[in-house]
Amino acid sequence: MSTEIRRRRVRGDGVDLAVYEQGEAGRPTVLLMHGYPDTHAVWDEVAERLAERYHVVRYDVRGAGASSRPFGKRNYAFSYLMADMRAVLDATAPDRKVHLVGHDWGSIQAWEAACTMPERFASFTSISGPCLDHVAHWTRRNLRRPTPRNVRYGLGQAVRSWYIYFFQTPLLPEIVWRAGMGGPFAKALELGEGVAPRDGHPARTLPRDGAAGVGLYRANMLRRMRSPLPRRTDVPTQVIIPTKDLFVSPHLVGGLGERVPNLSLRTIPAGHWVVRSHPDVIARWIGEHITAETGGALTESEARELRRAKVTPDRRPFEGSLVVVTGAGSGIGRATALAFAERGAEVVAADLDLASAQRTAELAHLLGPAAHALQVDVADAAAMEDFAKTVLHGHGVPDVVVNNAGIGMAGGFLDHTPDDWKRVLDVNLWGVVHGSRLFAAQMAERGQGGHIVNTASAAAFTPSRTLPAYATSKAAVLMLSECLRAELAGQGIGVTAICPGVVNTNITKTSQFVGRSAAQQENDRKRASRAYALRNYGPDKVAEQVVRAVLRDRAVVPVTPEAHASRLLSRVSPAAMRLLARLDLG
Amino acid sequence: MRHGAAALTGPPCARLINTVSNNVALARTGNAAELERFREVQRLCYECADAVAATLEPGVTEREACRRMRRWLRDRGVDDWLHTPFAWFGDRTAFQGFKVPTQFLPSGKRLEEGMPYILDMAPVREGFSADIGYGGVLGENRIWQQLDTDLAAYRTLILDLVRERRAFADIYAEVDALIDRQGYQNRHKKYPGRVIGHQVGIIGGPLPKGVGFPFGVRFLQTIGRELVKERLEGRSPLWNGARQSQHPPTPGLWAVEPHIGFRGVGVKFEELLVVTEDDAYWLDDDLPHVHRWAARETAQAAGGAAQAAGGAAQAAGGAAQAAGGAAQAAGGAAQAAGGAAQAAGGAAQAAGESAE
Repeated sequence: MSTEIRRRRVRGDGVDLAVYEQGEAGRPTVLLMHGYPDTHAVWDEVAERLAERYHVVRYDVRGAGASSRPFGKRNYAFSYLMADMRAVLDATAPDRKVHLVGHDWGSIQAWEAACTMPERFASFTSISGPCLDHVAHWTRRNLRRPTPRNVRYGLGQAVRSWYIYFFQTPLLPEIVWRAGMGGPFAKALELGEGVAPRDGHPARTLPRDGAAGVGLYRANMLRRMRSPLPRRTDVPTQVIIPTKDLFVSPHLVGGLGERVPNLSLRTIPAGHWVVRSHPDVIARWIGEHITAETGGALTESEARELRRAKVTPDRRPFEGSLVVVTGAGSGIGRATALAFAERGAEVVAADLDLASAQRTAELAHLLGPAAHALQVDVADAAAMEDFAKTVLHGHGVPDVVVNNAGIGMAGGFLDHTPDDWKRVLDVNLWGVVHGSRLFAAQMAERGQGGHIVNTASAAAFTPSRTLPAYATSKAAVLMLSECLRAELAGQGIGVTAICPGVVNTNITKTSQFVGRSAAQQENDRKRASRAYALRNYGPDKVAEQVVRAVLRDRAVVPVTPEAHASRLLSRVSPAAMRLLARLDLG
Repeated sequence: MRHGAAALTGPPCARLINTVSNNVALARTGNAAELERFREVQRLCYECADAVAATLEPGVTEREACRRMRRWLRDRGVDDWLHTPFAWFGDRTAFQGFKVPTQFLPSGKRLEEGMPYILDMAPVREGFSADIGYGGVLGENRIWQQLDTDLAAYRTLILDLVRERRAFADIYAEVDALIDRQGYQNRHKKYPGRVIGHQVGIIGGPLPKGVGFPFGVRFLQTIGRELVKERLEGRSPLWNGARQSQHPPTPGLWAVEPHIGFRGVGVKFEELLVVTEDDAYWLDDDLPHVHRWAARETAQAAGGAAQAAGGAAQAAGGAAQAAGGAAQAAGGAAQAAGGAAQAAGGAAQAAGESAE
């Protein structure tokens, strides 16, 4: 079997290193570097997945696992670590460039390698371990320009580095590790990171690994922080940033583009031991990065995701994102689709009226990459299932979904027939339910986060005798969004409810005014349209708010001034709202 | 000739106004010779626009473009203005951020590669006037290309609706609906009076020729008089979406100027529409934008046909290959392949013909 692990020993610089190989040796080589206080076994899940396509090489770094544990911090300096890595490479992949991947201290070493011997590497993936010199430069820059944000970021990392200070104290860390820190460590890993212990990780050698590995910090940290070297690399680099990392701040990548011209950044809502918690995503991203850099064939959605990750000076904020908008044939939906397209997103415009959706896609393509149009009735559960599948198979998992399709209905409660209620709830509420359900499932399964925007309304918190059905449906959408937001928060999926208010769109021309004759209804529509036109708040401004809400992950976004006022009043004085609700606007 | 029959008809107040402001009249559409004079002025305008547009290069300011238009027209006998020439460059073509009327006046904005521009002029020569708008782009601009292609629909739509004698305000609403469907913005609502069109006529009268920033004094007099006179008859010389325009098309000469915008790019056309008692037609069809749209339509049709022909040729190629294989088996490979190639050529030709 190709995934069988072949073990051998390689002589490093004065130490014996335990090297583990998997996959056919003729395939491109991937070198996986583990961190502290792990061993090569932290990569087991990822290595197994990569071994199907690559020659995977791992080794226990000096001081860890089955490799030798030299005594004295001097023996853990970068020069020895680099010599070890060269020895392993010479033994396992002598005449070719390898693909380098590092996690934690493995990534710190990998940065040193990518910067000092770039000729040996075809690509580099860094996970949760910055280049020490870059961190030093970053800290100095923050201190030179102590803006509130820089101070916050700097303190954030300073707090996350608590253990590093501890490791600088002599003897104490070793004693703590040897005295049985292994058990609590494993427990903390399970509670804090959601990574359950398994055979090999945490390793049985953890107390010894922990004690010996402190040398890594003592030998290198202070030296590089005091006098950082001007490190840069031309190796195509991908940095995977776990956004919930307790030890490495995501903001450390700031300014990295200047030192790494070929840089991609990918964020994942996960903790520090992301290689254990999300092996599927990590293996896939490593594979995609290698494929892209070696000119292999990528699917449309893989290529888009890589485009999304690439750091370029003229990058637009939604470059390479897939955005799905329902009700995109007109009004707020169309404006939202265009606003995302303008920022680089690939848009799927869906509407009951296919021609109008196609038009939106045409316009979106004028502003951004190719866009697609699909017909869908959001009220139809089966149609929505098909729609979600079509999007998934045709274009991949969307990064942003805007459940925007909706209809208006006004009139007295006693004039609403059960069918009227059904129609409003089917479109306004069930449409959002279907859209959220289906696409949230896709996003959760992919495990890379995402964002769902639901178009509620200022009517959601503004009771009115004229809008019983409509306001009820929108209030439900608001509450649904709040509940969903709470549930999906842990998976990096944001949920936003947009509450526009009086916005000049064609909703007034299609709204139903119940309990009226056809002629009266026509008249009502005209009157409402005139009033909305007079208010003259365009859908473009709502679309800007939608984009902002996604970028800042806002929960509830009232848009127009009247929506803000209404929300404020509904909180300050519900009684006043109740009085206003009695006004007959019909 | 300028004291038209119009002066002697209509209600008494209107007659009074006409008598007071003699020498001025809206165009009479029954008079072919008079229409020809208007057509000449309109052609002159488009010649000017073509000539000036050809001189536009990166760095030219709006003011400079307007100066060139004014000089060109003055040199060719223009002696007064409905309004002095306008030029808008870049996002000013979509009137982005226009709040006060002075922003319409030519500015120091410089033309750059890929920028859209609009030239708008309304000269008067020997009393006969025209008012045109001319859109273009310096180099390539995909948005402009799309907008300009879509603008063609408005010329047909407006003419059809006027021929149906729909009320002006309704036509305005229909134009708005089309703009909405296309996903653009109505930009003519930014013009003074939110007009999509206005009446033009023969300009004269006792007032001096001159310009009152930027409208011609005599034009203001004419339009002011007409505003009063037409109002008395429940009509308006200004065509917009308001109640005053809730009337069937008034016979006369109308400068129609639909103006659409999208993301900082605006395009418009403006030309004279002849409205008679029971019909309507564009004063002139031999205009640059009409030719441009026709050429684009032919190119698109040809592109589609070429694609179809390409497909057919490919299919023929496939057939030839199959035939080649069969012939090889028979031993007469070369001869058969030649025959098959000929057959493929014939098929391609046939496909080309059918596409044409």
